Amino acid sequence: MTLEQSERAAQVPPSGIRRFFEIAEERDDVISLGVGEPDFSTPWAARDAAIASLERGQTSYTANRGMRELREAISDYVERFDLSYDPADEIIVTTGASEAVDLAFRAFVDPGDTVAIPQPSYLSYEPGVGLAGGEVLPVQTTEDDEFRLTSEALEAAGAADADVLVLCYPNNPTGAIMTEADLEPIADFAREHDLTVFSDEIYAELTYEGEHASIAAFEGMRERTVVFNGFSKAHAMTGLRLGYALGPAEGIDAMNRIHQYTMLSAPTTAQHAALEALASCENDVREMVDQYDRRRRFVLSRFAELGMPCFEAKGAFYVFPKVPDGWDCETFAEELLREEGVAVVPGDVFGAGGKGHLRVSYATGLEELREALARIETFVADHA
Amino acid sequence: MSEREVLELLRENARYSTADIARMTDLSESEVEAAIEELEAAGVVRGYQAVVDWDKLEDERVRAEVELNVTLDRETGYADIAERLARFPQVKALRLVSGDYDFDMEVEADSIREVSQFVSEKVAPVPEITQTVTHYVMTSYKENGIELGDGDDDDRLSYSL
Repeated sequence: MTLEQSERAAQVPPSGIRRFFEIAEERDDVISLGVGEPDFSTPWAARDAAIASLERGQTSYTANRGMRELREAISDYVERFDLSYDPADEIIVTTGASEAVDLAFRAFVDPGDTVAIPQPSYLSYEPGVGLAGGEVLPVQTTEDDEFRLTSEALEAAGAADADVLVLCYPNNPTGAIMTEADLEPIADFAREHDLTVFSDEIYAELTYEGEHASIAAFEGMRERTVVFNGFSKAHAMTGLRLGYALGPAEGIDAMNRIHQYTMLSAPTTAQHAALEALASCENDVREMVDQYDRRRRFVLSRFAELGMPCFEAKGAFYVFPKVPDGWDCETFAEELLREEGVAVVPGDVFGAGGKGHLRVSYATGLEELREALARIETFVADHA
Repeated sequence: MSEREVLELLRENARYSTADIARMTDLSESEVEAAIEELEAAGVVRGYQAVVDWDKLEDERVRAEVELNVTLDRETGYADIAERLARFPQVKALRLVSGDYDFDMEVEADSIREVSQFVSEKVAPVPEITQTVTHYVMTSYKENGIELGDGDDDDRLSYSL
């Protein structure tokens, strides 16, 4: 074989949900609660700005780090999270927050380094660590702790010896959030054991109780933390692929050196949309957050009523109910899809810590949610 | 503040059931019922109506926006004129507005002739009304905040992580 894949590529696992896709394809009445992106369209003002930029012919590369005006707007925007970054050299605009995550693993992880990742967690961190030659150290979070990370869990997992700690709060898949008080011991732990922290805050705006807190805002954390954020979730811009990373100048410079060869610059049209999103779409974001919050309460209430209680997820757009006794989450998700045409993601796709749970996305209209929950209720009753 | 929250949901969709409103808020069903009763009793909520796209129906429905200019005198104020006009069932909305004219009146009837007759025979003769300008609605694109087009397609994948 001439195209023999590298060992690095070979170790990247295939998608855990491919077979579910195939089952879903066979039906035309599937209601999907398996979606990790907003059901809202990008606010019209942002789309309109993107169209206008195309009409003006603004289709060349931008500066590697992104348009200066956009970096300035991002710098102003993140002040709401008590973060302060210089647009000149502490911000890099990337092709989705995904690219920022990838750049960080490549820029800061050496072969043999240990990267502590709370479980369950979004799926792209592990392959990122693997491609950088690092080792993943899973750190379990539990429903008893509302899937928050604790310093005890870090201690128990041996994270004191790790090099990097990845945080993803509000969390995909659990919907857990970490308040300032929850983060404090984690910040202490990171400083004490000299950990680098990657904090994926892509769901920051989707916090339904209190305010989002960033670990980078703690004293002594800024210099050791890279924050990832972007426009996909809060501004419903997934397909426009636009994110950014914030960090100390040397760190962002390292990421930019890779980015300049591998990506050159993030999509220009999307940068124009993002600039407008920050300039004028605050109300659209608030409206979407209000809608998510209502659906969140609705879904939590319905799961409680049908006998699948779940902890009160306060962030992102996921709830994480336990499957009823006697089920494993894979079988439940598959049978539910086959029998009732409702798509949910089995929790163990997100690591062993998600076993026995389902990730249920409420990034779907209320009418569909109502129907989907009715079908789940039927399914649970039929199999009781 | 529960009334405010309930009002917001009713404005979004007046057909939400009491149970669903309770699920979406931190209120019990009886609290939701009480809030609705209070909103109705206080006259905050005056009614519940369907938002209709008339283009989707066979029956013709003629609507017009009518600009009205009036003169006032010591005995007659805006409210007096408005009260008189609002009593006609053809008048669907009546608002005093700033700008080039005084009243903005929405009229609805079964035919153009009916609207014309109404304006010329019932509205124009009112002594205080000095001028009417009638604009027939040709096509409606958005009503009560609801876009009447096909909307944006949901072309998301059924699973994404």
